[in-house]
Amino acid sequence: MKLTLRVWRQKNAGAEGAMSTYEVDDISPDMSFLEMLDVLNEQLILSGEDPVAFDHDCREGICGACSLVINGDAHGPERTTTCQLHMRSFKDGDTIDIEPWRASAFPVVKDLVVDRSSFDRIIQAGGYITAPTGSAPEAHATPVPKPDADFAFEHAECIGCGACVAACPNGAAMLFTSAKINHLNVLPQGAPERETRVLDMVAQMDEEGFGGCTLAGECATACPKGIPLMSITSMNKEWLRATRRASKR
Amino acid sequence: MTSYVDYTTGEPVADTKAPSGPINERWDKRRFEAKLVNPANRRKQTVIVVGTGLAGGAAGATLTEQGYRVVQFCYSDSPRRAHSIAAQGGINAAKNYRNDGDSIHRLFYDTVKGGDFRARESNVHRLAQISVEIIDQCVAQGVPFAREYGGLLDTRSFGGVQVSRTFYARGQTGQQLLLGAYQALSRQIAAGNIEMHPRTEMLDLIVVDGRARGIVARDLITGRIDTHFADAVVLASGGYGNVFYLSTNAMNSNATAIWRAHRRGAYFANPCFTQIHPTCIPRTGDHQSKLTLMSESLRNDGRIWVPRAKGDNRPPNEIPEDERDYYLERIYPSFGNLVPRDIASRAAKNVCDEGRGVGPGGQGVYLDFADAIRRMGRKAVEAKYGNLFDMYQRITDEDPYEVPMRIYPAVHYTMGGLWVDYDLQTTIPGLFAIGEANFSDHGANRLGASALMQGLADGYFVLPATINDYLARNPRKSAADDVTDEHPVVQEVLAETEDRLNLLLAVDGDRTPDSFHRELGELMWEFCGMARTDAGLRKALERIPEIRDEFWRRIKVPGTGEEFNQSLEKANRIVDYLELAELMCLDALHRSESCGGHFREESQTPDGEAARRDDEFGYAAAWEFTGTGEAPTLHKEDLVFEYVHPTQRSYA
Repeated sequence: MKLTLRVWRQKNAGAEGAMSTYEVDDISPDMSFLEMLDVLNEQLILSGEDPVAFDHDCREGICGACSLVINGDAHGPERTTTCQLHMRSFKDGDTIDIEPWRASAFPVVKDLVVDRSSFDRIIQAGGYITAPTGSAPEAHATPVPKPDADFAFEHAECIGCGACVAACPNGAAMLFTSAKINHLNVLPQGAPERETRVLDMVAQMDEEGFGGCTLAGECATACPKGIPLMSITSMNKEWLRATRRASKR
Repeated sequence: MTSYVDYTTGEPVADTKAPSGPINERWDKRRFEAKLVNPANRRKQTVIVVGTGLAGGAAGATLTEQGYRVVQFCYSDSPRRAHSIAAQGGINAAKNYRNDGDSIHRLFYDTVKGGDFRARESNVHRLAQISVEIIDQCVAQGVPFAREYGGLLDTRSFGGVQVSRTFYARGQTGQQLLLGAYQALSRQIAAGNIEMHPRTEMLDLIVVDGRARGIVARDLITGRIDTHFADAVVLASGGYGNVFYLSTNAMNSNATAIWRAHRRGAYFANPCFTQIHPTCIPRTGDHQSKLTLMSESLRNDGRIWVPRAKGDNRPPNEIPEDERDYYLERIYPSFGNLVPRDIASRAAKNVCDEGRGVGPGGQGVYLDFADAIRRMGRKAVEAKYGNLFDMYQRITDEDPYEVPMRIYPAVHYTMGGLWVDYDLQTTIPGLFAIGEANFSDHGANRLGASALMQGLADGYFVLPATINDYLARNPRKSAADDVTDEHPVVQEVLAETEDRLNLLLAVDGDRTPDSFHRELGELMWEFCGMARTDAGLRKALERIPEIRDEFWRRIKVPGTGEEFNQSLEKANRIVDYLELAELMCLDALHRSESCGGHFREESQTPDGEAARRDDEFGYAAAWEFTGTGEAPTLHKEDLVFEYVHPTQRSYA
């Protein structure tokens, strides 16, 4: 396949960026999208140009590093991560637009690489269960009903890629934040910190400059791991509950 | 100059830290004998941790819980992305929840035997003991392990064992365990106890007066090279499988931290022990950038086969039952499809070499779920393996519910690594190596679901106990003890690092970093892969210095060092691969026996199994660096087996 790529190039966080156009040839439908970008970069290096910077690591859809907006969609046309998108989803002669995540809480580092440390700070605000090493009771001391364990797992699957934010018209991080809150709050082990967790994480999310949620639902559509939109509703319920209980104390 | 293959043999190396006495009391005894640091003094001592995977993440969190100050590094944008996250199948623990005859001793036994008797008994026994606590710890952190309807934990079987002791979270066990460690780490970062440096890569180790005192690291965004000092340094930087270019490792996983430590004096043990995982998705072409693993857990229910006849090109569903060869079930009736990884990989290679492989280029075998779907129903198969099937379909565009998967072995894990004693300390005092970065527990072959167990055992329980002893014996007395940038050793290490990067940028040749990496990888796969020979290894040892030479003449790295420069990062890692590859081949050449993942064609039993030679090679090979391309010095650690007596492994 022969393709025209229009790629966002930006030297660093402070520089102005712009779209640049490149041609690539001999692209096999079995290549992954990132392998296609590898081909472009090999070409650029040999012609003395700066290769396109992009985040990637495991290339099997689990580390959450890759993060491209492809033809306007976070992670492109299939419901998966960029690294698991294959060129068979495109046609010979296509023009493909490639941009970084767009959100004010994710400033561009270079080209297609953004800074997602705001996600780390949301987790640091309370996305954990306080259980210092050595203090744990026997694992079978507290059975967890299977539906609760499954609910926790379904939300724990979040890979922290940020597609939800990139897809949201408001740049909101509600789906990311709710996934962690729901994972931990449904478990008996997470109960002691249930209220502080949701209050602190939501406060941090607001502090980071993510937009407000208008339930557009784009986040859940873009999520490569299928975190459901209802996750946000569950978090709102947790937040209301916690706020009410805090005001009673 | 002597030739690289003319290595010399130096003094033996011995683990002086493991106590004697009954094996099940050794860990308690060591913990009691180890000196402690007064809690009030701990906050005055700093530990550098390089890496945030299962071992590093767990260690960073636990050391700060104990009161130490930690400065931690990872090359990713977030500690949550370390490659432990990609582990699929599960984590072993001798809980015996199934009442199926499991015990700490059995896990110990299985691991020593699975490792083909090339691991240290004391370490492996401790690992089995701690396995039980790991599950408790992870459940307390909220790791959503699979559960039964009664609310208790579910388990499954894995290769090389006959009990069901593997705990799992669907096909994402590594992810869930890593996020548990990441969350514990995050709590300590928020509390100000950990100074976290993401997107920062260690480029060298600072050794002052014979002790590890810090590292040189590069901020990958600004390109700034800085020094960081501490009372001890812990390397948790993972394995070196990416020497092969194509592996199941993450693209940026690399050997630089451990190789630079090796150059500074840490012995490197058993570098040729690499694990080739039997169930990976076959490659599709030259553009391939990495290989994807399909969890070994699939071998619980999937059946592996190839056509009986050579060159049978019919679609799999048209090949009748009696014209299929379920070769693992045939050759190994008691373990069947669940033989250890090295055996399954070699068997796949053998049937492909016979011309019975399937798929493009005949480099593949079938992993078939038709029977499982008939027996359990599609729903149950979906619940157990759904995400793996989806992943397979996404990559290959084939539906594994309808047609059998095609799989082929690929480089997956490295059992070798920095030599460590029972305390996980390297031969450089104050330098510790944990997780895949060390060589300690898996011998010549790692059993499935044991990497997660070892990473977390080292990080949560072993290192935090043993490092106390070192820190107590080497207290920071006053500010005068502190190493600073002005120290001549530090100046020298900094200058060497800067010179190396500047040289890479200055060559301005005509070949990309990837082209060299791929060339080296292909050479290693051919001569130091699944089957190795004296002649092949000698050929590789001739070729590697030539590639290295060409690299320094023709490498092209665009841009500058003072910016985000992914080509420079890659090129710098290849510099180290080009040296490590040489040591791997030499180690493979010198070990003329076969054992575990190391198969020398000259040393096999009449039926083609690996033939160990315990009298000659019953040791761990710890190599000392003497200079780039210079013959290294071999130090042998004799392995003594008091509890599990070496026998030729049999899984038939």
